[in-house]
Amino acid sequence: MTKKALFLMLPLIGMLSCGKGKNEEGATTAETTSATTTVTIKGSDTVLPLAQKESEEMMKTNKEVSVTVVGGGTGVGMTALLEGTTDIAMASRDLKTEEKLKFSEAKKEIEIVTIAFDALAVIVNPANKVGQLTREQIEKIYTGEIKNWKEVGGADEKIVAYSRESSSGTYEFFKEEVLDKKNYATDILSMPATGAIVQAVGQTKGAIGYVGLAYETKEVKPISVSYDQGKTFVTPSIASAKDKTYPIARPLFYMYDKANAAKVKAVVDYALSPEGQKVVSEIGYIPLN
Amino acid sequence: MILMLSSASTSITVILIVFFLFVEGIGVFSKKPIEEGFLLAVHPSNTIQKLEPTQIKDIFDKKITNWSALGGKNEPIVLFRTEDITEFYSEEELGENFEHFPAKIDEYITRTPGVIAFFSDKYKSKDFHGKELDVNKITVYKFLSGEEWFPTAQPVAQMGVKPLILGTLWVSFGAILIALPIGLAAAIYLSEIARKRTRNILKPLIELLAGIPSVVYGFFGLVVIVPLVQDVFNLPVGETGLAGSIVLAIMALPTIITISEDAMSNTPRAMKEASLALGASQWQTIYKVVVPYSASGITAGAILGIGRAIGETMAVLMVTGNAAVIPNTLLAPVRTIPATIAAELGEAASGGMHYKALFALGCILFLITFCINMLVELVTNRNSHKKH
Repeated sequence: MTKKALFLMLPLIGMLSCGKGKNEEGATTAETTSATTTVTIKGSDTVLPLAQKESEEMMKTNKEVSVTVVGGGTGVGMTALLEGTTDIAMASRDLKTEEKLKFSEAKKEIEIVTIAFDALAVIVNPANKVGQLTREQIEKIYTGEIKNWKEVGGADEKIVAYSRESSSGTYEFFKEEVLDKKNYATDILSMPATGAIVQAVGQTKGAIGYVGLAYETKEVKPISVSYDQGKTFVTPSIASAKDKTYPIARPLFYMYDKANAAKVKAVVDYALSPEGQKVVSEIGYIPLN
Repeated sequence: MILMLSSASTSITVILIVFFLFVEGIGVFSKKPIEEGFLLAVHPSNTIQKLEPTQIKDIFDKKITNWSALGGKNEPIVLFRTEDITEFYSEEELGENFEHFPAKIDEYITRTPGVIAFFSDKYKSKDFHGKELDVNKITVYKFLSGEEWFPTAQPVAQMGVKPLILGTLWVSFGAILIALPIGLAAAIYLSEIARKRTRNILKPLIELLAGIPSVVYGFFGLVVIVPLVQDVFNLPVGETGLAGSIVLAIMALPTIITISEDAMSNTPRAMKEASLALGASQWQTIYKVVVPYSASGITAGAILGIGRAIGETMAVLMVTGNAAVIPNTLLAPVRTIPATIAAELGEAASGGMHYKALFALGCILFLITFCINMLVELVTNRNSHKKH
């Protein structure tokens, strides 16, 4: 998602998304002959459940707009926006410099709207007595420099670090935010889904993992994180993510072409409305205020 | 005519699939592991000409921090990625539409002696002063013997599939080691020893096992077998090759049992009765008559079992931990080829390096199963010659 890789393959994805875009348009017109405007939303899989739920809720009351939501990753959404095959791009990160360059080359002015926040909680097994870690310590755990809990003040127990698969946006976000862009160690276990990480951490004594705040359960213990070399530790919670004291949080965006603003207004307005923000909490993300 | 057409079209489809697989897979060797349209550049006075992908990874992971470690001058390495430009120049300096971007990158590189810069060649100015580094293409040998699998690493992907191949073989081998004895024993019991009523209850039950979706097996494995393995062997982590082997063994069992049982039941009654009439005990009859007679059926069951084990994706993805390390025991996490393809293909940009590497993995998987099939074919042929 936050992958440059997707960008480098621009022409190819472009071709692909062109083809897809056409299909989608075909599909939307077929299913919504009564609606007056059809809006396509495409991009980040992190934002996908939120956008989907919001669109469903909105279409219940607003019969004039029909929305199609497609995933594929932030990079895919940006490409589609650049090509004009989507009206709104969902993004779980800000525009990269290169993307800004691309949009300015294409003479498109992009409006960026924050619709919610997402926070990542670092979790351990409840039996683990370690309750707080600095960013540097987490980085060393995931790059393989720290291998035993006793090195960070815990019991003499091997650290078993769980990660998401490399295809996940969460993987990239964690790498950029927490690991200082370094690569994960090879012996990190990677799980296909967030739920699997929670399950594994809950049943493995020396485990550590990272999940979206919404996925945190009683079977795992969240770790307080310090970004200032151990001066202050912040526990992940909706409150601490909202007042921005919790560092491992990211905004989620809708992006659209300013020339297209009138068409997408209903969707964007709904996302920012109290009803839309209620959906944000229901899905498990952090509402704007 | 219709029969001939359908068999012809099936063969053509198979050949097309294999052809497509190989065409895509071989593409990985014609590309440089650096992302297309991007380049690595250093200061003009730098003496380094060429870097190996692993060295580049270590540089960007800050494991190598001085050029002297690579045979260059004693100069600390400074990393530069495109997005870092804003730390050195303001947006105004870069121009409203970033028109000064190439010039500024050039300026930055020439004034920083230890720099290694990673940026798109679109921003390479016409009179670029830095020195472009050459990156080696991935060779077949490097691909197969490389020990690190970081297909999305920046700026240079690490494509070593040795841990994945070994992981697949270990897990499948473990599975067949568990499944074959149990499967054979069950088949013998069902066909020769069990009473008709017991068999009529047991056989459908075992066949039902084959109908359970593999994701369900994976989930069962994650919740039940993984903690069990962890407790029994007192391991720090339960997601291991062994857990994968056990789940696969359970999945392969119905195939092995039903096919071998069918083969054993087909032993002519006359042969069995002749053996018993000669004074052989029931066990001797099973061992000397029934099993040899049905050997080809048993091997067929075993191959299909292995085939399922090697290609199985979801169940393995959920229980083996998927860490791409070279396994030296079944009690450590492993990553298999099918799990890698399933987990990564969805996000790999189509036509890109990563995408092609995954197809190359598919080719390797195909070759492995192909070899196993050939091997078994040979063995069964020899057996049947002996028999007649």
